[in-house]
Amino acid sequence: MSVEPATLKSLVKAAAEQVIASAPELTALDQAIGDGDHGTNMKRGFEAVLGKLDTIGAQPLDEALKTIGKTLVMTVGGASGPLYGTFFLAAGDALSQKRSLPEDIVEVFASAVGAVSNRGRSQAGEKTMLDVLYPVLETLKAGVDRPDVIERVRATAREAVERTVPMQASKGRAAFLGARSVGHADPGARSSCVLLHAVCNALEARP
Amino acid sequence: MSDTVGIVIVSHSKDIAKGTADMVRQMVGSEVKVAFCGGDPDGGLGTNVSFIIDAINNAWSPKGVAILVDLGGAETNSEMAVEMLESDRRNMVVVCNAPIVEGAVMAATEAAGGSSLDEVRAVAEELSAS
Repeated sequence: MSVEPATLKSLVKAAAEQVIASAPELTALDQAIGDGDHGTNMKRGFEAVLGKLDTIGAQPLDEALKTIGKTLVMTVGGASGPLYGTFFLAAGDALSQKRSLPEDIVEVFASAVGAVSNRGRSQAGEKTMLDVLYPVLETLKAGVDRPDVIERVRATAREAVERTVPMQASKGRAAFLGARSVGHADPGARSSCVLLHAVCNALEARP
Repeated sequence: MSDTVGIVIVSHSKDIAKGTADMVRQMVGSEVKVAFCGGDPDGGLGTNVSFIIDAINNAWSPKGVAILVDLGGAETNSEMAVEMLESDRRNMVVVCNAPIVEGAVMAATEAAGGSSLDEVRAVAEELSAS
């Protein structure tokens, strides 16, 4: 995808604003099973991303993703800073290696998800953001060329968040709760869903 | 060569990080460089990559730096901070798998004797061997 600077800017802006708007919901989820700072942390990080919007919009896509990643790493704090930062840094790295979007989206997304898994030493099924990212990766693998791929990604992400409700956490702060983490959606899964939905909506709204 | 391995203490709480650093200084003395950080940029509990990078640079020694952490996010953020260092420094910083207070005191004691980074780390990690 030859991403026009204006398109990239509007995509990043939409995603950041959506995360910021979801901060109270993310915090409420995190208060149930974590330390209650996920919304505040994500808001701080994506406000910093918004502050760099002009820089990001002027960069090639791979560099733009790395700038987003580095900004999140430096500003989000908590464990989600390195995890989301790693996602964007790894996606940028994958794109730098002569892959391009949209044709290599599966490979780029897979690299980013794999990097998050390594960073958190976590797998699917542990009630984390990976429980949204892996199913979305499968949906992309199953048919990135399908005309309804955007709707399918959106639905996959939404359903995947719901599937974290009965899971028992074994990673992160929620792991201390053990069985008591069951019955709540995972805040990281929810924030991943928010981001993916924002990107899907922005892509769909393109003229 | 009087260089000793530097020690960095990373806690979610700045008070815990500072208190641990105070204990190290009192028990080991001031020949070992000790830096600490804790809390998020808004003053709440948490850990933060840019604070950790600053602490590593403050405790920097040509013999390297050993980091002691408390809970999960401190470890993840410390690993991230190490990766974001200049490439010539990256291989000279380790995150120790050890309890934060005991690990910091043991690591600093070992460092004060002029031990290598590997030796300092090994002594700290013996605490969690069982």
